[in-house]
Amino acid sequence: MNKTFVSYNNIVSSLGFNSETVVENIRNEVSGLKLIDNKNVLPEPFYSALINSEELEQAFLKLQPKEDFTRLEKMMITSLNEVIQSSKIELNERVGFIISTTKGNIDALDENNPFPIERAYLSELGKNIKEFFSFKNDAIVVSNACVSGILAIAIAKRYIQQNTYDHVFIVSGDVVTEFILSGFNSFQALSNVPCRPYDKNRTGINIGEVAASVLVTNNSKNLSNNAVEILGESSCNDANHISGPSRTGEGLYRSMFSALNQANLKTKDIDYISAHGTATMFNDEMEAIAINRLELQNVPMNSLKGYFGHTLGASGLLETIIGMHSLNNNILYASRGFETLGVSKPINVIKKTTPKELKTFLKTASGFGGCNTAVIFKKIKNNYV
Amino acid sequence: MNTNYKITSYCHIKNSKVSLNGSVIFSEQLLDFPEFIKAAYKSQDTKYPKFFKMDNLSKLAFLAADILLKNENLNLEETNNIALVFSNKASSLDTDRSHQKAIQHKDNYFPSPAVFVYTLPNICLGEISIKYKLYTENSFFIFDHFNAKHLLTYTNSLLDTNKAESVLCGWVEFEGDHYEAFLYLVSNEGNIEHNKQNIITLYNT
Repeated sequence: MNKTFVSYNNIVSSLGFNSETVVENIRNEVSGLKLIDNKNVLPEPFYSALINSEELEQAFLKLQPKEDFTRLEKMMITSLNEVIQSSKIELNERVGFIISTTKGNIDALDENNPFPIERAYLSELGKNIKEFFSFKNDAIVVSNACVSGILAIAIAKRYIQQNTYDHVFIVSGDVVTEFILSGFNSFQALSNVPCRPYDKNRTGINIGEVAASVLVTNNSKNLSNNAVEILGESSCNDANHISGPSRTGEGLYRSMFSALNQANLKTKDIDYISAHGTATMFNDEMEAIAINRLELQNVPMNSLKGYFGHTLGASGLLETIIGMHSLNNNILYASRGFETLGVSKPINVIKKTTPKELKTFLKTASGFGGCNTAVIFKKIKNNYV
Repeated sequence: MNTNYKITSYCHIKNSKVSLNGSVIFSEQLLDFPEFIKAAYKSQDTKYPKFFKMDNLSKLAFLAADILLKNENLNLEETNNIALVFSNKASSLDTDRSHQKAIQHKDNYFPSPAVFVYTLPNICLGEISIKYKLYTENSFFIFDHFNAKHLLTYTNSLLDTNKAESVLCGWVEFEGDHYEAFLYLVSNEGNIEHNKQNIITLYNT
């Protein structure tokens, strides 16, 4: 089968509006999480990483929009525009387009939202982004809880290998809304301090917002300098519980196992794991169990939730982009918020940002509905120039 | 690549009727959806109390899947590698509206985790996976209308790459008074060729 690559990429976030700026902030261990006190969205103060609205407006207006767009659409369009421009790919019939999101413009359901309720349909979101860029194909919208962002990469690869497309642009995004915050708060899952994935003193998640975009392509020429090859991917359900992870890490274990098989790699070939690490008690414990079952416990790993919070349907794509830069820069970035191991099995959480020669990484994610996804990437720098 | 996959069986739930492979197996007029789906569930003799905790979309998807998979006489002691590829237009908007109602007014504020968990369309895939012990590929897609071409491509991809031995796929839509489920199983077994035209024909049956 033809090779498939993840190439040009962009992040619009609290830590900057392009991948390089964001990665530089992570290298300096700067977090986008801040204490927000806004009774309109949550009765108690909460930590979140929000995109600066004025900066977003300025960046978006440069694209000369002719209509009104929602906050999420502005984030997505601003992010995707940079990837389309830098790839210089003509948007013809051979170019596919995937949107990954959990809730899209869900704020349009609010009585006080200026946009009509129809805007809350994910297919409307797809149409608006499609029309802005004049894609020839309709958007494929994937909404599969918190694995959506990483699953989108697997889906793009599958479309390319079925020879439906040569290139697929993916844009992922979710916004911080009262809808989401009130829901996670009802689960008592929100932390009132910056989140601490895998740490003994972790107290739950923070919700954040980003838009992230990539190009997935079968063309080994004209790749970005941080491009990676997709070696293996798999997505397996826990078949256990709709809102709690499996106690044996079944679905995540099977996903990682199957992705390794497809990649034809052994556990020792993995240099780095970009894990999910939401900082809830159950999720982090489940990951540690699954990682140990596959004997990956010595591989350096991090969760990036301490920088961005949990960015839901965008998190998997966001964290893949950081992983690509990690490989390209040969740096393992610290898992912010981690001090003392707080899971029952040993795992190698990166405490300090360290230079290290890196070739491959494994990205994992898990979500409500019992879904799990694992994708393995390999650096291609110097191989295809 | 093997393109000789077959549509093994299919199920519709719409217009007050439940049908399997084109034959009506349950019909009940004059009931609203919650009553209808409960009566349909009881007619199938599926003893699964969790059904009553599900939201409308999950009940609809679960029952259609249950009817099809029951018909397959699966051995639940073994691992069945059946992937789930579902789609719709309204995502989980029916339950989203319930959650929105619970938070709209601060003087009447009652968000609940039992409702919030269903504000994701893929939860119905989790429900089916739990019942049938499917540790398999799950994806939920949103389209403006039934998209046979997408389902065909994605299902073929999962079968070609041995990600699954069979794929349960289709359309499950619930919003307001409107409900419609069309699920079909794709594998190496069966008499109907798995192609776009046949998927569209069966969908419109």
